[in-house]
Amino acid sequence: MKQMHLAAHFPGVNSTTVWADPRSRSQIDFSSFEHLARTAERGRFDFFFLAEGLRLREHNGRIHDLDVVGRPESLTVLSALAAVTDRLGLAATVNATFNEPYELARRLATLDHLSAGRAAWNVVTSSDAFTGENFRRGGYLDRADRYSRAAEFVATARELWDSWTPEGTSRPFAHSGPQFDIAGEFTVPRSPQGHPVVIQAGDSGEGREFAASTADVIFTRHGTLEAGRAFYADVKGRLAKYGRQPDDLKIMPGVTVVLGDTDAEAQHNAAEIRTQQVSPQNAILALEQVWGRDLSSYDPDGPLPAVDPDPGSSLVQGRVRVADPLAVAAKWRALSESKDLSIRRTVIESTARQSFIGSPETVAAELTRFVAADAADGFILVPHLTPGGLDGFVDQVVPLLQERGAFRSEYVGSTLRSHLGLAEPVWKG
Amino acid sequence: MPATRPLHLAAEIGGPPRYDADSHVALARLAEQGTLDYVTLDDSLARPGPDALAVLARVAPATTRIGLVPTVTTTHTEPFHVSSAVATLDWVSKGRAGWQADVSTTEAEARLFGRRPAAPAAALWQEAGEVADVAARLWDSWEDDAEIRDVATGRFVDRDKLHYVDFEGSTFSVRGPAVVPRPPQGRPVTVIDGTSGAARESAARHADVVHMRATSPEQAGALAGDLRRRATAHGRAPGTLRVLVALTVDLGDAETAPEPGWESGPQLAGRGTYFRGGPVDLAELITRWHRAGAVDGFHLTPIAPERDLERIVNGTVALLQHRSLFRTFYPGGTLREHLRLARPAGRFAAASTSEPHS
Ligand SMILES: Cc1cc2nc3c(=O)[nH]c(=O)nc-3n(C[C@H](O)[C@H](O)[C@H](O)COP(=O)(O)O)c2cc1C
Repeated sequence: MKQMHLAAHFPGVNSTTVWADPRSRSQIDFSSFEHLARTAERGRFDFFFLAEGLRLREHNGRIHDLDVVGRPESLTVLSALAAVTDRLGLAATVNATFNEPYELARRLATLDHLSAGRAAWNVVTSSDAFTGENFRRGGYLDRADRYSRAAEFVATARELWDSWTPEGTSRPFAHSGPQFDIAGEFTVPRSPQGHPVVIQAGDSGEGREFAASTADVIFTRHGTLEAGRAFYADVKGRLAKYGRQPDDLKIMPGVTVVLGDTDAEAQHNAAEIRTQQVSPQNAILALEQVWGRDLSSYDPDGPLPAVDPDPGSSLVQGRVRVADPLAVAAKWRALSESKDLSIRRTVIESTARQSFIGSPETVAAELTRFVAADAADGFILVPHLTPGGLDGFVDQVVPLLQERGAFRSEYVGSTLRSHLGLAEPVWKG
Repeated sequence: MPATRPLHLAAEIGGPPRYDADSHVALARLAEQGTLDYVTLDDSLARPGPDALAVLARVAPATTRIGLVPTVTTTHTEPFHVSSAVATLDWVSKGRAGWQADVSTTEAEARLFGRRPAAPAAALWQEAGEVADVAARLWDSWEDDAEIRDVATGRFVDRDKLHYVDFEGSTFSVRGPAVVPRPPQGRPVTVIDGTSGAARESAARHADVVHMRATSPEQAGALAGDLRRRATAHGRAPGTLRVLVALTVDLGDAETAPEPGWESGPQLAGRGTYFRGGPVDLAELITRWHRAGAVDGFHLTPIAPERDLERIVNGTVALLQHRSLFRTFYPGGTLREHLRLARPAGRFAAASTSEPHS
């Protein structure tokens, strides 16, 4: 049976983390990270994943205050987690635009050494003048150039990782390209995994091409069976032209799971979580993100605005814009009118749904079905609660997956590459 | 200065490069057994060795009390990232983080980044001071009670307690606020080696702890006095500055050396004055200098960490404790508490509480 890969996303700065739940604890204290990472390791997960944002989000010119705000820096947290876990992979999201290859390659190689071969880098490219205001660079890269910088960044990092021989001799490196012109000696020997695992998150044609050419794992948002299968076929189909095999790149959508003793109870729990996620204030906010207008005077329990969205709005900063606001607004209006829904109910019904809802048996069967149908190689679970959000999954679903032979019962190797079934990279000295 | 002021001791745990976690953890635990204030881990982008901050983050959960002070360079790095990483070290260690700010002066280091040419030390230390300044502002940019989790209004944070820093330095600017909430110590401890003339002004202005090289108590006293005067000129209370003498120590194999020490001809090595002798000789030297009241303590760099740190802890420190010159347990939990430095109030907090709230 095709083996499933599982990873845990630390719930954080996004609109799905429920901070108001009485079970919700600190988003910052190390104990929260430790609990979630230990839970993931108890569940024999492949890796633990941290997202990144380099500027606090703004809405309507002010810091966005409704969702979780703030988080510690990923590589430092993961270095500390290496002390309290043994096998779990440790994946950091780090921006390729606002970092330099020498420094980041060194930090990643250090983490790989400190964790005895468990480091991964999720290469993101998000950059705008807004984020750039915190950096020497400023917001200087055109969208089209970001992936060329990211690709050269990863290639350069690998040159640095290969600049020590497997026997432990350092040799000078020199890289000269459109983005980087650097030379010298790297300070860290080849790390236990040879190269830390590279993850890519990004969905455009450029993003998929970048992943196909160079990534080990792709983190996607395609969580349904149909979209997943299409994405899977598309991305795996791009590998051959880079001389790569379908198994060389693992496709892992970010998904949410809601459990209950029965399917009906799980549905009930899911509805409750949606209500928590879309507070009255968040309903207006979600509306403003589509409309691009200040709608603070609207009643969340009242009807949708009659006014149309402003397509040229700059109300939202630091998060992905709604691509076609007029179309989204039309869809929401149609839904609201046909079912007579308030603003809040409309938002609850139209925005992100939980991907897998059901009893542990149902969820285990569904996950297995997705993997067998080549909609995914595995999943990155995004819990809505910190830090206990994975407890139920690990206690109830993982044993069923193991019984089915769909997921490992014990770690076989000790490195993240070995969990993912990825070969050690060939040394290109 | 009264001779009874508390003695502070710190030790470097670097040395020949090691990349595994266990050797660093073992040394930090050893230093913790000696109740030292902190360990440092030196770092440079230009010679073999791992990233020091990551190593000490790995050490943090494996220790409970000892302060953790990696060297972090400010020349080719991004000030915003530096401040986030140091704040995070404070979070993962529950208030035990510091950082030793340093500069990269060589052309070889500049070539590793390819962004800017090498620059004179004076300019780089001026910039390092600005990096320390903006880091402190970013740490203050979240007030301590910014996270409110107010279910009634749906607000996770009170955005009036988050502040843009709008810092304009000579070579960079940062808008802020930090993405990391204010760390447990308010501001992690900033350490600067003030031995070089170029570094001294930035040290006097921005450091909580200054390491100084000196070959006599008189010289140390004069340097410390100079630093405190400069700090005062920058509007600081001199009591907010700790001055530690940097000594590189070679404790050899004997309890006492036939001809101990630096007096018989001090050699410069590493970051401090070179001292050779036994653990008892080192305790004598520390006692004598400390009684002279010149300095707050010592930063010891063992020439062979595994051997010499063990001798420092079980020999020198034990003797100093026996003489009641050094504590036998940690009365506090944070590095600031070990150093008897107050937790600073955020600079923006006062401003915002004096404004009427809507
Ligand atoms: C599942 C997923 C997770 C992402 N996580 C982050 C993140 O944590 N931080 C970040 O700056 N960007 C993140 N991104 C943004 C991507 O790196 C990329 O900038 C964005 O998707 C635009 O690229 P695209 O047009 O190729 O999709 C994420 C994207 C996806 C699809």
